[in-house]
Amino acid sequence: MSARELLDSIEPHFTKGGKLEKYYGLYEMVDTFIYTPSEVTRGATHVRDGNDLKRTMTFVVIATFFCVLMAMYNTGYQANLAMAALGRAEADGWRSIPMLVFGYNSMNPLSNLIHGALYFLPIYIVTLAVGGVWEVLFATVRGHEVNEGFLVSSMLYTLIMPPDMPLWQVGLGISFGIVIGKEVFGGTGKNFLNPALTGRAFLYFAYPASISGDSVWVAVDGYTAATPLGLAATGGLDAVHSAGYGWFQAFFGFMPGCLGETSTLAILIGMAFLLYTKIASYRIVAGVFLGMVLMSLVFNVIGSDTNPMFAFPWYWHLAVGGFAFGMVYMATDPVSAAMTDTGRWIFGGLIGVMTVLIRVVNPAFPEGIMLAILFSNMFAPIIDYFVVQANIRRRVKRHA
Amino acid sequence: MEAYISLFVKAVFIENLALSFFLGMCTFLAVSKKISTAMGLGVAVMLVQTITVPANNLIYHSLLKEDALSWMGITGVDLSFLALLSSIGMIAALVQILEMILDKFFPALHSALGIFLPLITVNCAILGGSLFMIERDYNFGESVTYGIGSGFGWALAITVMAGVREKLKYSDIPAGLQGLGITFITAGLMSLGFMAFSGIQL
Repeated sequence: MSARELLDSIEPHFTKGGKLEKYYGLYEMVDTFIYTPSEVTRGATHVRDGNDLKRTMTFVVIATFFCVLMAMYNTGYQANLAMAALGRAEADGWRSIPMLVFGYNSMNPLSNLIHGALYFLPIYIVTLAVGGVWEVLFATVRGHEVNEGFLVSSMLYTLIMPPDMPLWQVGLGISFGIVIGKEVFGGTGKNFLNPALTGRAFLYFAYPASISGDSVWVAVDGYTAATPLGLAATGGLDAVHSAGYGWFQAFFGFMPGCLGETSTLAILIGMAFLLYTKIASYRIVAGVFLGMVLMSLVFNVIGSDTNPMFAFPWYWHLAVGGFAFGMVYMATDPVSAAMTDTGRWIFGGLIGVMTVLIRVVNPAFPEGIMLAILFSNMFAPIIDYFVVQANIRRRVKRHA
Repeated sequence: MEAYISLFVKAVFIENLALSFFLGMCTFLAVSKKISTAMGLGVAVMLVQTITVPANNLIYHSLLKEDALSWMGITGVDLSFLALLSSIGMIAALVQILEMILDKFFPALHSALGIFLPLITVNCAILGGSLFMIERDYNFGESVTYGIGSGFGWALAITVMAGVREKLKYSDIPAGLQGLGITFITAGLMSLGFMAFSGIQL
C-alpha cells in the first residue's frame, strides 16, 4: 500500500463526523507535508503566480541550505581546532562514539562536518520536537492547520543558537518563541514579532551566561574564544586583527559564533536565491544594508578617543556577528516587517541604523541586530500607518 | 548643549516612562486602541509634562528645598516632605488651567483632546516625571529637557502600541486572552524590544 492510499484510507476518520475529528490538523500536516494539496485557486484574475504559503516557507528553508552546511562544518572545525589547542584526544560523552571513525583532525573536512553535525542536529531535533508539540497542540485545540511557517522558525532559531547551548534551554526558548511570540496571537501570519528572534531574546535575557560571553561560541568545554565582534567591542578593529582574523576569513565564516550566522558568503548565496524567487523583499534587504553603511560612516566621521567601535568600518560590520543573517532571514520575515513599499525602505533603514547604534554605543550588548529587528518589528505597523496616511493626503490633494 | 541632548535621548529611549518604568499604564493600556486617539493623548501628555515638570522644579527649588526660603530671610526650614503633595496639586491645577485656556482660545484642539486632558491629572507618568526630577536634582534647564523628553517618550510608546494593536485586530486571539490579556502580553514584548537601549551610558 502506498503512502497515498494509506492516507486516503484513514482520511474519513479525521474529517467532520469521524471519530478522530479533533486531530484533523495533525492529519492535514502529514498529508500536505508529503503531498501537494490539490485545492488551488480557480479562475481568479488576481493570481499572478501559483505561489502559496507552503512554497514560500519551503523556499526559505531551502535558502538556508548553505548556512546549515557551514554551520556544521564551521562548528566542527572550531571544535577540532579547540581540541588540538587544549590537547584533548577525544570529545566528551556520547559524541566520542561516532567520532571514533572520523578522528579530530581540523584538516579533514569530513571530520569537521560530522563533528559539527553532532552539535547542530541535537539542537535542531530538540527545536523541532518541542516546537512541534506546541504547534500541534495549538492546532488541535484551536482548529487551525500546522503549516510550514514552523519549519522556517525552527530552522532559523537553530541557526542563531550558540553551539554549546544546553538543550533544555533550547527547548524553553523555542517554547517561548512559538507560544508567546506567535500562537497567542493566532498562529502564522498573525504575530507582530519574529518568533525565532523572540525565543532567542527570551533566552538572552533569561540565561545570559549560556548565550553571551566568551566561553559559549566553541563547542568544547573549558575553551574560551571571543567572537570577532566581541573582540571589536572591547578593542576595535586592532583587536580583531591581532587575534588573527582577516576580513575574508570572517566573510567566509571561519570564526567562532552562533551556529549559522558566521558565514556571510553562505548567507549571501541564500539571499540571492530569496531575492530571485521574490520571497524576500529587496527593499528591506537594501534598506538594512544602506542604514548600516550610513550609520557606520556617521560614527567613522564623528570618531571617539575612548570607544574604538566608532572607527569600525562598514564592511567589517557586514562580515562579523549576526548582521548578514539578520538582514537576509530575519528582517525580511513578511509577517512582522512593514507591508508597504516605502515602509519597507524605512523599516530596513531603521534596523540598519539601530544595529550599528547598539553595537557602537551600547556597552551592554556587543551584538545589536537581534534587538534592532525586534525593535523595528514593533515600529512596522506605525510606519505603514504613516505611509498610508501620506498617500491618502497626496491623492486628496491631487483630486481636490 | 551636549548634556541636554544626552538627557533628552535618555528620557525618550533608555528610561522610557511607559516601557522601562511601566508608568501611566492605565491610560497606556486603555486608550491605545486607535492610532489617532493614542496620538492625541500622547500630544496632551507631552504638553502637560513639558509644563508641569519645570513648574514643579521652580516650586521645589524656590520654596520646598532645604534653605530654599532664605530669599525671604527664613533659614533652617526644610519643606521637601511636601514635594509629593505639592506636585499633585500643581499637576491638577495646571491641567485645569490648561483646559480652560484651550477651551477659550483653541476650541478645535480642546475638542480633539476631549476627555483625555482631565484624565491626565491622574496619570502616574506625569507625577512620576516630576518626582524623578526632584530625586535626580535637575536644574531648571534640565527639567525642561526632561519634561519634553519623557513626555515624548511616553507619546512614542503609546503610538507604537496603538499601531501594533490596530494590526492585531486581524489576529485570531484565543477567547481567554482577548482584550486586556493580549494587550498586557503585547506591552511586555514591546518592553523586550526597548531593552535594546538598556545599558547605554550617556
